[in-house]
Amino acid sequence: MVPRRPYTDDDRSMTQTAVKVRGLAKRYGDVRAVGGIDLDIRQGEVFAILGPNGAGKSTTVEILEGYRTRDAGEVSVLGTDPGRPTRAWRARLGIVLQTANDAAELTVRETVRHFATYYPDPRDPDEVIARVGLEEKAGSRIRQLSGGQRRRVDVALGIIGRPELIFLDEPTTGFDPEARRRFWELIDSLAHDGTTILLTTHYLDEAEALADRVAVIARGRIAAEGEPATLGGRAAAKATVAWAEDGVRRTVKTDEPTRTVAELSRRFDGEIPELTVTRPTLEDIYLDLVQGATHE
Amino acid sequence: MSESTTAAVTADTARRGGGELPSALRIGWARAVVETKMFFREKDSAIFIFAFPIIMLIIFGTIFSGQFEGTGVTVSQVYVAGLLGAGVMTAFQSLAIGIAVDREDGTLKRLAGTPLPRSSYFIGKAAQVLLSSAIQAVLLLAIGFAFYDLPVPADAGRWMTFAWVALLGINGSALLGVAASSLPRSGRSAAAVVTMPFVVLQFISGVYIPISTLPEWLVRIASFFPLKWMCQGFRSVFLGDAGLSLEVAKSYELDRVALVLGAWVLGGLVLCLTTFRWKSRRDG
Repeated sequence: MVPRRPYTDDDRSMTQTAVKVRGLAKRYGDVRAVGGIDLDIRQGEVFAILGPNGAGKSTTVEILEGYRTRDAGEVSVLGTDPGRPTRAWRARLGIVLQTANDAAELTVRETVRHFATYYPDPRDPDEVIARVGLEEKAGSRIRQLSGGQRRRVDVALGIIGRPELIFLDEPTTGFDPEARRRFWELIDSLAHDGTTILLTTHYLDEAEALADRVAVIARGRIAAEGEPATLGGRAAAKATVAWAEDGVRRTVKTDEPTRTVAELSRRFDGEIPELTVTRPTLEDIYLDLVQGATHE
Repeated sequence: MSESTTAAVTADTARRGGGELPSALRIGWARAVVETKMFFREKDSAIFIFAFPIIMLIIFGTIFSGQFEGTGVTVSQVYVAGLLGAGVMTAFQSLAIGIAVDREDGTLKRLAGTPLPRSSYFIGKAAQVLLSSAIQAVLLLAIGFAFYDLPVPADAGRWMTFAWVALLGINGSALLGVAASSLPRSGRSAAAVVTMPFVVLQFISGVYIPISTLPEWLVRIASFFPLKWMCQGFRSVFLGDAGLSLEVAKSYELDRVALVLGAWVLGGLVLCLTTFRWKSRRDG
C-alpha cells in the first residue's frame, strides 16, 4: 500500500472536524452500553474504533449513523445532529453494513445502479463495480456471490453516493487473508480520495494497517486514543532485546535497546546470534488496556 | 461545532454542482422496478401466488358444479367473485410477509441509511402488489369468462363498481399488510403468522363457502374486515340481480361496501403510521 500524505500543521483539514462527540451516553435498561465518550475525527482521516464485543463500539457507531437515539451527550456528524437525520445529510454519508443479506435476486450491476438513483451526485455505477473488483461478477445475482464478494457489494453501495464520510462496521470479519489484504487496499484507495473513514474492527493488524488514529473502547468508555504506533505509550514502552548465547535464549527489557545491542556487538565481536529487538505489539497494548478497563 | 468548520470537502468528494436530491416519486418508481424484478425472479413464490386462486377455482368448480336453486347462478361464478376478493387481499399477505422479511434480511436497515424517502419504499411496494393483484384478477376473470360461464358485465356502471371496489380493496389490504408486518417476531415466522388468520378470514368471508350458509355470528366477525365486503362488491358486478337472493341482506349493500372499505383505507393508514417499525424487535 502507498503511504498516505501525513498531516501537517498547515494542512487545512487539520482544523476541520467530520465527527465530534462529547459525553455520549446510552443505556439499555440497567445496562450501560456507552458511558461518556468523547471523540474528534478529522476530515479525511481514517479512524478505527477497537474494542471487545459488547464494549459499546456498535452502539456508538449506530448513534453516529443516525440509527439509534442517545440518552445524553452532544454529537455532530458532518455538522448535523444524527438524532435528527435529514435526506441531504444522509446523502453525504456512506454506511457499509455488517450483516445485510438483501436483494439476493438482483444482479450486482442492477443493485449498484438502483442505489445510485437515491443520490444527488452518484459515482458511475460501472466505475464503482470495477473499483471494488467485481467487474466479472457484475451480471451475477447477488445470491450467487461468496461472502467476501458480497461485502464488496456492500462497500460499492456504501460509496456509490460519493460520500464524504464512510462507516465501516467490522468490514473484514470472515475474510481469508488474501481477501482481507485486497479489501485493505480498497479502503486505502478511498482514503486517498480524501474520504473520511470510521472503521470498527477487532483485528488489530487491520487497525494498524489502515488507521491514522485509533480509539480503544472498553466497558463503554475510551480506554486510550492515539496513533497506532504510539497508542497507550507503545512508543515509549521498554523494548525487548533477545539473542542466543550458549544455546540459551536470553532477553533483556530496556529503555535503551541501542546501547544493549552495541554492548552485545562488542561482546560477540560482530554478529549477535538470533538478535531481535521488539516493542510491545498493538495487541499487547490493546489487551493491557482492555483488561485494565475490566479490572477498574 | 459550527456548521462552517465542517463545510469544506476535498476536491475528490466535492459535489459536482447541481446536486439536488432526487424526488420521492422518481426513487419510488426505481423501487417499483426492482421490487417487481425481485418478485418475478422468486419464481416459485410468484408461480404459487398466481396459480393458487386458479387451482382453488378449478377444484371448487369441479366439486360443486351445480346451480343455486332458482337463481340461475352457478357455484363457480360465486367462486370467481370470491377468489377475486381473495386475490386482491393477497396484497395484505404479500406486504405483511414481504416487509417482515425486508426487516429481517437488512433491506430496511440498509435503506434507512440512505437518502431514500420512506414514501419511496412504500410506493415501490404498492406498485408491485398492484401489478401482481392486477395480473391475478385478469387471469381469474379470463378463466371465469372462458370456462365457467361468468357473464361479462355489459354496462359501464358494473365496471365502475368493479374499479372502485378493487381500488379501495387493494389500498385497504395493502395498508393493513404494512401494519401487520410489525407483528411477526422474525421474517422466518412471518409466513406462518400472517397466512393462518388470512386463510380463516377467507373461509368466514364467503370466498370458499357461500356467505348465506354461514352462522350469523361468523358473518358478524367477518364484517369487521375488508374481505367480506370486497367479495360482496365483486358479486354485485358479476352475478347481478340473479344472485341477490344469495346475500345475507338480500342486497349487495354497495353503500356499506364503500363505507367499510373506505374506513379500512383510513384506519390502515393510521395503523401504519403508528405501528410501523424500520427495525426488528431485537434491534430495539
